Amino acid sequence: MIRVLLPTHLQRLANAGQEVRLEVAGTPTIRTVLDALEAAYPMLRGTIRDQATCERRAFIRFFACGEDLSLESPDAPLPEAVACGEERLRIVGAMAGG
Amino acid sequence: MNKVRLLVGTRKGAFVLTSDSKRSHWEVNGPLFAGWEIYHLKGSPVDANRIYASQSSGWFGQVMQRSDDGGQTWKPVGNQFEYAGSPITHQWFDGSQRPWEFKRVWSLEPSLDDPDSLYAGAEDAALFHSSDGGQTWQELDGLREVKGTLWQPGAGGMCLHTILLDPGNPKRIYTAISAAGAFRSDDGGVSWKAITRGLRSDFELPDPAAEVGHCVHRIAMHPSRPDTLFMQKHWDVMRSDDAGDSWHEVSGNLPSDFGFPIAVHSHEPETVYVVPIKSDSEHFPPEGKLRVYRSRQGGGEWEALTHGLPQENCYVNVLRAAMSVDSLDPCGVYFGTTGGQVYASADGGDHWQPIVHDLPAVLSVEAQVIS
Repeated sequence: MIRVLLPTHLQRLANAGQEVRLEVAGTPTIRTVLDALEAAYPMLRGTIRDQATCERRAFIRFFACGEDLSLESPDAPLPEAVACGEERLRIVGAMAGG
Repeated sequence: MNKVRLLVGTRKGAFVLTSDSKRSHWEVNGPLFAGWEIYHLKGSPVDANRIYASQSSGWFGQVMQRSDDGGQTWKPVGNQFEYAGSPITHQWFDGSQRPWEFKRVWSLEPSLDDPDSLYAGAEDAALFHSSDGGQTWQELDGLREVKGTLWQPGAGGMCLHTILLDPGNPKRIYTAISAAGAFRSDDGGVSWKAITRGLRSDFELPDPAAEVGHCVHRIAMHPSRPDTLFMQKHWDVMRSDDAGDSWHEVSGNLPSDFGFPIAVHSHEPETVYVVPIKSDSEHFPPEGKLRVYRSRQGGGEWEALTHGLPQENCYVNVLRAAMSVDSLDPCGVYFGTTGGQVYASADGGDHWQPIVHDLPAVLSVEAQVIS
């Protein structure tokens, strides 16, 4: 069970709560978690990563366990604490104000 | 009893304003999609309860929404806009070529006879079509073959902001693109040609009469005269009576011929409205007076409409999609400002009243009449 924390705008778009729980087969990665998230909530396609290239959108960040995982490979294994559901993977709208 | 519904897109959400046919008392509902930029909402001409909305965000990209109940409930539909064909690059500020990159949908134009069919105008400039109620989108890429490698973004982005469908000829479509120009298709969007003869951009282009590159801000058409087009260009208000094959200037006595929106009275094809703005670097009304100008002669001679509009210390802008007319008699005219006001006139522009004062900056206004 992977626990994912969505930013407010995506909670509303998906008509979901702050936290969604996803089943991911195998070793969870950013890519496989987003695959599962978009399968469960198709309206989120394109809002976190590009639909064609699967590249992270510029102002989206992935945080977990006090670390910024945004620049890691999307195929890198997520921390064990996320994989076992102890910690949440946070999808965050980056600071982009002034 | 007819009702009027205004669909208002803003920088931070959408609002739906409704009134009876007197158009003196309004109910304001919203924000819908709070926090998102809503560039445009528009209803189907054949089903007023079918409304489409373009919802976008610098963080989360493009979402398309559809309502089948007049805006009471909404459902996200397809948001995958893939460029097809060529060219694959356009001009950039430094003279280099840069790949087309989808940013957002600026404009929506539902079909005149099928609520599931609609067009979407995108930034970077391209025209997309959906025939399944917005679930999937296909680019009509013949448009970009009209010297697309020479198009380059203006200050507001390289956006396709105007889509006009000819009610008398289902194969004829007009589009306009900032800093690229105006275009027409006579075969349902497969092939296109520039319709810019007569436009002059003396200060913006090295060749003032170039085929592409003119910064067209908006085009309007009366459905009973689809060959007559009115254009608000960056500078100059223009008119064509041959479906855009040639244009002539009708700025006449306007205090400034810079501006963004242009609209045509719903029952008088020669009555045209513009909102003069001081200049391209001072995006506010001349003298701080918010004035709509009306011509009853199809341009050339213009009268200021000021009753009910602020005539001092007003420094808002009126963006290109933020003016609309309804089909009641007398014709209702509406516009929204970057200061968040939405003004309404129930008598063709003679008198105005603010419906709301303090919305987020208004990007678009569309009027619907509901029987």
